[in-house]
Amino acid sequence: MKLRRDVFQAIADPTRRSIIALVALQTMTPTAIAEHFDSSRQTISKHIQILTECELLEQEQKGREIYYQLNPKGMKEVADFIEPYRKMWDDRFNKLEALMKKQQSRK
Amino acid sequence: MEFKTKVKAENDKQEILITREFDLPVELLFKAYVVPEFVEQWMGTKVLKLESKKHGSYQFETTDPKGNKYGFNGVIHEFIPNQKIIRTFEMEYMSFGVQLEILEFEKLTDDKSQLHKKVIYESVSRRDENLKLPFVQGINMAHNKLQEVAKNLN
Repeated sequence: MKLRRDVFQAIADPTRRSIIALVALQTMTPTAIAEHFDSSRQTISKHIQILTECELLEQEQKGREIYYQLNPKGMKEVADFIEPYRKMWDDRFNKLEALMKKQQSRK
Repeated sequence: MEFKTKVKAENDKQEILITREFDLPVELLFKAYVVPEFVEQWMGTKVLKLESKKHGSYQFETTDPKGNKYGFNGVIHEFIPNQKIIRTFEMEYMSFGVQLEILEFEKLTDDKSQLHKKVIYESVSRRDENLKLPFVQGINMAHNKLQEVAKNLN
C-alpha cells in the first residue's frame, strides 16, 4: 500500500514547490519538467511521484506521452495550510519583536 | 524547532485564532500596531492612513516586486490603549471578503507580553480561502525565483 503523503510535506521541499509552479502555468511531460533542473531525471521523477501521491499533480495521457498538471482540488485539507499561514505570521511577528527591541534599547 | 506563534483553525469554523508571546513590554507591543512607521516596517507595507481611535480608519498599500499595488483598509471599532483593538480588514478589489479582527494585548510580566488575535470571516469557505493565501503566494515566490534562475541561464 502506498503511503498517503500530506500536502505540507510535499510543499516543504523547494524543488517540489518549483515543480508545482512550473505545471501551474502549463501541462508538462516529465522530461520537460526535468529539463528545468540540474538534478537527475530520476530525482525529479521521485518528486513528481510524491506530488502525484498527495494529489497536487494529476496525470493525463496524450498519445504516447504523460502530461502533468496542477490539481487545485489537492489543496483541500485545511490543516495542510495552517503551517504556511503560521509561518507567515511567525516571520512577521519576529520582525515586530526585533524592531521593537531596537526601540527599547534606544530609550 | 518550537515556533512562538500558534495558529488554531478548526475544521468547519469561520475563525482563526493566533497567539504569540513577545519578549516585549505590552506597551511596546501595542505601539507596534499604532505608530505608522513601525507598522510599515514589520508588516512590509506602506501606511497611507492610520487613525488609532474608536471610529477611526486605516489604509495600507503594499507593492509587490513586480510593482503591482495592493490596497488594504478597515475601520476601528474599539480602541483601548495597551489592551484591545477591534477592527475590520479588507483587501481591496479582491474577492476575499471583509474580516473582523479582535486583537487583545496581554501583559505577562514587565517585559513579556502576549498577543491574542481572533479573525472572524464571513463564512467557512472565505476563511479557508484566506488560509490558503500564503501557500499560493509561496508558489508564486518559487516561480519568481525560478524566473530569476532561468534569466541567469540565458
